[in-house]
Amino acid sequence: MADVITYRDAVAEGIAREMRRDASVVCLGEDIAAAGGVFKTTTGLLKEFGPERVWDTPISEQAIVGAAMGAAMTGMRPVAEIMFSDFLACCWDYLANEIPKVRYMTGGQVTVPLVVRTANGGGLGFGAQHSQATENWALTVPGLKIAAPATPADVIGMLAAAIRSDDPVVFFEHKGLFATKGPPPPPGHVVELGRAAVVREGDDITLVALASMVPLALKAADVLAGEGIEAEVVDLRCLVPLDAATVLASLRKTSRLVTVEENPYQGGWGATVVSVVADEGFGLLDAPVRRVAGECVPLPFADTLEQQVIPTVDKVVTEVRRLAAY
Amino acid sequence: MDAGALLDRYERMDVIRRTEKAAHDLFLQGLVKGTTHLAAGQEAIAVGASAALRPDDYVFATYRGHHHALARGATPEECLAELMSRATGLCGAKGGSMHLTKAATGMLGSYAIVGSHLPMAVGAAWSARLRGTEQLVVAFFGDGATNIGAFHESLNLAAVWRLPVLFVCENNLYMEYTPIADVTAVPRPAADRAPAHGIPGEVVDGNDVVAVEEAVGRLARRARAGEGPAVLEAETYRHFGHSRADPAAYRPAEEVERWLKHDPLDLARGHLAELGVGAETVAEADERARAVVERAVEAAKAAPPPDPREALTDVWADGGAAWRT
Ligand SMILES: Cc1ncc(C[n+]2csc(CCOP(=O)(O)OP(=O)(O)O)c2C)c(N)n1
Repeated sequence: MADVITYRDAVAEGIAREMRRDASVVCLGEDIAAAGGVFKTTTGLLKEFGPERVWDTPISEQAIVGAAMGAAMTGMRPVAEIMFSDFLACCWDYLANEIPKVRYMTGGQVTVPLVVRTANGGGLGFGAQHSQATENWALTVPGLKIAAPATPADVIGMLAAAIRSDDPVVFFEHKGLFATKGPPPPPGHVVELGRAAVVREGDDITLVALASMVPLALKAADVLAGEGIEAEVVDLRCLVPLDAATVLASLRKTSRLVTVEENPYQGGWGATVVSVVADEGFGLLDAPVRRVAGECVPLPFADTLEQQVIPTVDKVVTEVRRLAAY
Repeated sequence: MDAGALLDRYERMDVIRRTEKAAHDLFLQGLVKGTTHLAAGQEAIAVGASAALRPDDYVFATYRGHHHALARGATPEECLAELMSRATGLCGAKGGSMHLTKAATGMLGSYAIVGSHLPMAVGAAWSARLRGTEQLVVAFFGDGATNIGAFHESLNLAAVWRLPVLFVCENNLYMEYTPIADVTAVPRPAADRAPAHGIPGEVVDGNDVVAVEEAVGRLARRARAGEGPAVLEAETYRHFGHSRADPAAYRPAEEVERWLKHDPLDLARGHLAELGVGAETVAEADERARAVVERAVEAAKAAPPPDPREALTDVWADGGAAWRT
């Protein structure tokens, strides 16, 4: 293997590793087979595993996720692709009502070990119906695990954990990260779901970020370091299970918290993080908390407009400065 | 069908009818809360179809699914205990009337979002094919479900992947309160649409258990042989209203009368007489069914409520419900 891998290629590599070790892993989705996926995240899978394990589907989001559910209930480990996360709304019944509830309402009789992968988030100028960060939609539903890796190594490690999980996992791949590169992880690399990573250490303030917001927070931390403010950056990696323990441990050091979210402020995951902190870590805080998040508007098309709406390095730096001076 | 087999189907339908009656009475006594969607009048579809299946086949049903759960191996006691919120209920009282499920016997659930289970059935059939089994999947649904997008997505996907799944529509003429004919452009909401998806669509008298078993058996052999899915539209009628809140006053009296005369149990009795089964033998079957359901009611009544701690179990495969560390 090369000494760097793109986030995009890491997706196919992560799936392939699991398909090699477990014959019950199968893929389905629109354009995922011969075409290799619209984002080229499934390139090579059809060639290696053949059409009995990599299935092109019609444009039928309900059938894709519903069929994945039926297959998962009966012995398979399907990995379903929903092309853009915006389209999760077309199969929302399965994510909100069916998949996460069936184990509970059958009194534990049925397990649904599936992964729904989807390309999430903005930054590529795709307009309001192809750019949303929708992980919060899933966060409102008890019974779904939610993964959102920020690096190629995490893509592979978290895909391994997601596919091996006996619980349903919604796996958000970030469109803005597909071209980014990183070291490929060694064989057998697994990143347990629900383990956040401290990706930069610092004593002055904790930045909690997810997916594309992680590199953004790291850039902001670099700028702040130039001003003598040492930010610790926590990559949550998963929203469910939520690693609140790592956030609280970081606050024990820094006493100041900023969450950095691409999704709209209204109902965003940062609200859940800060509510846990307010509840259990109030005494750790020396300042109010701040949430840098998207505006509550549909994502606009033009870059200049989009920059107004989603977090930027400048917005994070500004909030941190205000908080450092508190 | 020989007399012994038919008597067996009759007795199964009789148990279901009596269990539905018990559910109705227990509701009126305040022992069943929420609601129920009774399937009295539609027993022949569940029993006929189930009799044509193998033990390892799968079925998916709707909120009107008591009859399917019972036909597919759930006991009256487990079902009534579930309706009565008892710990011994089929789903530990976490499911209720609309979600009767018995995975161990292939009854993979009852789903209350109209049409939602059709793609799941397709997925289970896909899985059967991937695993190289000869399992068949049957999805039961109402006429109302045929106007849901998932119905069409399911038929197309099942057809294009040639999957061993049967779509069995229980056309009882009504959605909740609206006649299906008022809101559907074709007379046979399921069977007429099947050919558009490259699938055969057949119609059967859903109150005739012999006809249902024959049709499902034939379509099942076809599907197991790799010839793909089929749609079977079974014409039937529900004796009660849509749910417990519905006296069904919208139905014309002559229509109700006509259908009540075409009762699945009466039809089966007629077939039994033709086969030379005496009234005494039928009465013995009735008596056995009565006793089974009566014991089930007593046992369910005597069962304890669920442990409140169970509310926080079974979200995840490890048995728990923790969303954070
Ligand atoms: C998606 C959805 N829309 C509406 C409802 C409310 N609803 C419950 S049952 C029902 C009628 C369904 O009729 P049909 O499919 O013919 O089944 P039947 O009750 O006759 O068995 C409706 C509209 C629902 N549960 N799900």
